[in-house]
Amino acid sequence: MSVRVYIPADAAAKSIGADAVAAAVRDEAMRLGLAIEIVRTGSRGLLWLEPMVEIETARGRVAYGVVRVSDVANLFAAGFLDGAEHPLSLGLVDDILYLRAQTRLTFARVGVNDPLSFEAYVASGGMMGLARAQAISTDAILDEMTISGLRGRGGAGFPAAIKWRTVRDAQSARKYVVINADEGDSGTFADRMLMEGDPFLIIEGMAIGALAVGADRGVIYIRSEYPHAIHVMNEALRIARREKLLGAHFDVEVRVGAGAYVCGEETALLESIEGKRGQVRAKPPLPAHRGLFGRPTLVHNVLTIAAAPTILANGGKAYGDLGVGRSRGTKPVQLAGNVKRGGLYELPFGVTLRELVYDIGGGTASGRPLRAVQVGGPLGAYFPEHLLDTPLDYEAMAKAGGLLGHGGVVVFDDGVDMARQARFAFEFCATESCGKCTPCRIGSTRGAETLDKIVAGVEVEKNMALVDDLLTLMTDASLCALGGLTPLPVGSALKHFPEDFIRAPKCAAAE
Amino acid sequence: MSADVFNADDAERIIAAQMEQARVFYGEDAKGAAPLLPILHALQHAFGHVPPQAQPIIAHALNISQAEVRGVVSFYHDFKTEPAARAVIKLCRAEACQARGCERIAAHLESAYGLKTGARSHDGHISLESVYCLGNCALGPTALLGDDLIGMIDEARADALVAQARR
Repeated sequence: MSVRVYIPADAAAKSIGADAVAAAVRDEAMRLGLAIEIVRTGSRGLLWLEPMVEIETARGRVAYGVVRVSDVANLFAAGFLDGAEHPLSLGLVDDILYLRAQTRLTFARVGVNDPLSFEAYVASGGMMGLARAQAISTDAILDEMTISGLRGRGGAGFPAAIKWRTVRDAQSARKYVVINADEGDSGTFADRMLMEGDPFLIIEGMAIGALAVGADRGVIYIRSEYPHAIHVMNEALRIARREKLLGAHFDVEVRVGAGAYVCGEETALLESIEGKRGQVRAKPPLPAHRGLFGRPTLVHNVLTIAAAPTILANGGKAYGDLGVGRSRGTKPVQLAGNVKRGGLYELPFGVTLRELVYDIGGGTASGRPLRAVQVGGPLGAYFPEHLLDTPLDYEAMAKAGGLLGHGGVVVFDDGVDMARQARFAFEFCATESCGKCTPCRIGSTRGAETLDKIVAGVEVEKNMALVDDLLTLMTDASLCALGGLTPLPVGSALKHFPEDFIRAPKCAAAE
Repeated sequence: MSADVFNADDAERIIAAQMEQARVFYGEDAKGAAPLLPILHALQHAFGHVPPQAQPIIAHALNISQAEVRGVVSFYHDFKTEPAARAVIKLCRAEACQARGCERIAAHLESAYGLKTGARSHDGHISLESVYCLGNCALGPTALLGDDLIGMIDEARADALVAQARR
């Protein structure tokens, strides 16, 4: 009987040689005349251990990592097909501390299954959520969603059940389910990993949503920077049609973005699908009333809709029992940047930044002291060391002057220049602004210019006041989160790291 | 069809195919600009860029103004109206890659190969673009070459990347 060898085909694992390792394993087995079956999976998310190779043994799956092509012959010689000891051995996968400490609901199958095996999906509990949804009334589906306490995982944290009810109650000949996979925030990759690692979960979630609200068409809008995810999702849609999960009653297509960050904003995303410039719409009307092509539309982030199958299968209560306060369930946190053990960790809400960055992440990758942690992407605040005891939940992050966003946590060591990071935030906003509202379009450029003056020592006090005023204006008067939240990274850098801004000796102009 | 050489028949065929696909999926909602993004992607895939000569054809087919087509082409960073270099290296310059040293890699590409952001290498075969996040934030610095994602780029891996781009 052939031995099963699992090797990730996730883009992150590929980026550091997983394909070459898979080829080397295949060749070496052939050379030795050993029968193996290589299964390409998603990634477990322990990215610092990639490429990680797992062997199926009688005891369970045994992992090896970091595996390089040059290690392969040696691993075979040591008997890794029997799960033998080796310097790269990580032991039984289920015993790896960093996996055991997680609560993997949304990511339960990622890294475990062949993502495009519908059979494996069903065998590991897939389709149970939809089956339950089909067996109960739409009212009962909405009740489960309400009890679960699920809130939008894209960043805004809006209660999902309210959206579902609004779309369901809207009258229209056609309704849509639109999934926002325009994951543009630096430091986030959970949507990508889920699309590449368990695409049927997203499709099942969309089917449940469509059933509940009465939609017959769905769209997954994926950014063009994710070619692997686009490929896997398209393949999964083809299989889902063959398996009758999709069909005339409800069908889904992938729309590919075109490099515009602002299209991650839900109304800009809808404009983009409609073939227009990705400009933000004024709300109201809400997309739930008039969304795609003016039809009632359920717009969700990938992770939000992917929670629906679990909630329906196990009941809303089981899901809602996890978490803290008004942040219920689990949050896939992405630990990135200059950190030793970067990766994806699905945890109940409430873990603190310190636990995440030090206990799980092991501190900086460079070994230098940590200086700042940015939470929530380019529009999230920079936290200094002394605020690391802030728990990761929607309310606590907001109270500390930040936002949880899509759950990206980016670590910087003491080499970071916070004035440069603040300037970058303005610059990014200027480049990516859709141009519809003035505070964002003009404010971002004026902000960058003014920061340059401050760093150059020109009329520092006066310009500081000007930036402060500008941040207030952008916060209050921008049409969407791009202009409205750029003040978070800028303001937090100014507040917590003022020494980086006041460096130059005062210039003549200041006299 | 050969890349970069505009051919009106090919363009019309591509446009018609995308319009039909949108009509099948969206029904009556597929009128107007609805198929525009897939059309632009398909044209760029076929010709290496979105040829300006194709824009009036698109406008006519979709029954929208040329200004609307041009507005969309110019809005999205992905769409180019001039032929691209044979290989395009997209280097991530966003925060997580900054924290892992992407600026050092950008400096190396410029000093060793004359690869400046938005410009071509000395031999004209390679161009360098900045992108903001490729979703490989724990294993940066990261670049995309075609559909190949390359992570943990140091100077040696940057050299290998350029060599791969030249092939």
